[in-house]
Amino acid sequence: MFEAIAFYLFAFLTTLMFFITVTTSQALHALTALAAGMIFISAFFFILGADFLGAIQIVVYSGAVMALYAFGMMFFDTTREVKEKNGNKYIVFGLSIISAVLVVVIFAAPIVTNNIKALYPMVKGAGNTQELGMVLFTKYLVPFEVAAVMLLVAMIAGIVLAGKKMDLSLTLMSDAEIIDAKKEKTKKVLQ
Amino acid sequence: MDIAYLIETVIKVVVVLLIFSALAGIGTYFERKVLAFMQRRLGPMNVGPYGLLQVAADGVKLFTKEDIIPANVVPNIFKIAPVITAATAFMAAAAIPFLPEFTLLGYTVHPIVADINIGILYILGIMGVGLYGPLLGGMASANKFSLLSAARGAAVFISYEVVTGLSILAPIMMVGSLSLIDFNKYQAGGIGDWVVWSQPVAFVLFWIAAFAETGRTPFHLIANDHEIIDGFGTEYSGMRWGLFFIGEYANMFFISFVIPLLFLGGYGDGSLLGALGLLAKMAFFFFFFLWTRAAWPDIRPDQLMWLCWKVLMPIAVINIVITGFVMMF
Repeated sequence: MFEAIAFYLFAFLTTLMFFITVTTSQALHALTALAAGMIFISAFFFILGADFLGAIQIVVYSGAVMALYAFGMMFFDTTREVKEKNGNKYIVFGLSIISAVLVVVIFAAPIVTNNIKALYPMVKGAGNTQELGMVLFTKYLVPFEVAAVMLLVAMIAGIVLAGKKMDLSLTLMSDAEIIDAKKEKTKKVLQ
Repeated sequence: MDIAYLIETVIKVVVVLLIFSALAGIGTYFERKVLAFMQRRLGPMNVGPYGLLQVAADGVKLFTKEDIIPANVVPNIFKIAPVITAATAFMAAAAIPFLPEFTLLGYTVHPIVADINIGILYILGIMGVGLYGPLLGGMASANKFSLLSAARGAAVFISYEVVTGLSILAPIMMVGSLSLIDFNKYQAGGIGDWVVWSQPVAFVLFWIAAFAETGRTPFHLIANDHEIIDGFGTEYSGMRWGLFFIGEYANMFFISFVIPLLFLGGYGDGSLLGALGLLAKMAFFFFFFLWTRAAWPDIRPDQLMWLCWKVLMPIAVINIVITGFVMMF
């Protein structure tokens, strides 16, 4: 009974929060509702007994939305309403409702026809953190490693984009040029 | 789920809430007294014996002051921001075992609200969400200084969380569990078994990150006192401002519980001596927060980011790699 109450409560809250995110024209309202919705989603993981994923959901998304706040701070006066240029409201609403229904149908179809099989049986004595690790490092090892490589690529790209003088290559420069570049560097005041 | 369990949980939640909101008030008294001692002053002396009733006087003032919502703020966000700070601090406490289990009138009490098996991750995650309070309060305030304070808050948040997570990873690899109870069991053998001896680097890193997490002095840059005003709290008055304070002090107490539980043996074998030992360790770490405030200046946001990303994070990663190699061979 408690699970049902918790599920419907958090389902309502999550939907409400994302609805606010989409409909409001206040940047601060939108961001706050987005963060709250992301955190409320973790409740579903906790209800399903996947504690690890629930905590990760909180840790990861609270940090990610924080980065969005930083951008919001830079681009908008967050205490004022943003004037949005809306085209036809009804088309936007209609399309988004249709796509939402489609997604639900896609994911609900296997449940209706009972076509879901659990491929990995529960391991006795292993908590859900260990079980997640077992699946990640056996069946999903390749996607897991590919994701790691992708993140590495993104990190290097980020460093190159944000770093100063990343367009220079020391191997292509003559010694005199390198000494000149070094002299300029010592002028820097801050660490 | 039986009713007894439900009643027990509700009682535990209420007890934790009451004790730690009261402790947050008394914590301000300790802070004033310790700072006064270190600066050769007397601190609060006039209200009650040794100024003990100063806490009550402050409480009366905060509760009775007019609750002002300035004209240009975003009202909803402005109102909810302090609640986020206070609420998340107490939510994090749900996974902390404050004392070893004991028997009261023939009924075994587990002094932990919810023994989830990912306790430490949950605590760090929820405490991280707590920084949304200063951020939202600052951004909703329609005040340039508050906005700057919120920007510093975002900078602190994205810097320290990596260090906390990575520093705690090495001890987790050794213990093989994310539950604080398992951490305690692992170190139950006595002083020789404490994680701090095998993971001194992780201990120091986590301790430094704890200062950033609670926003205490070397990293007190979110509410920058040097601007004379109170950063994100500038536009707040009365109990809304008080909630920010309760959240900060409750967070200090909770992190002072978490550090000994992770690294310094926690409550040991669960005897009375072990329980008192945990309280003593907690008191030391709380005192250390105040000590640092008296002894150290604040640092700038760019210095904090430099410290976290360029110094502490590489050390934490190297620590994890070395721990991995030692465990493998």
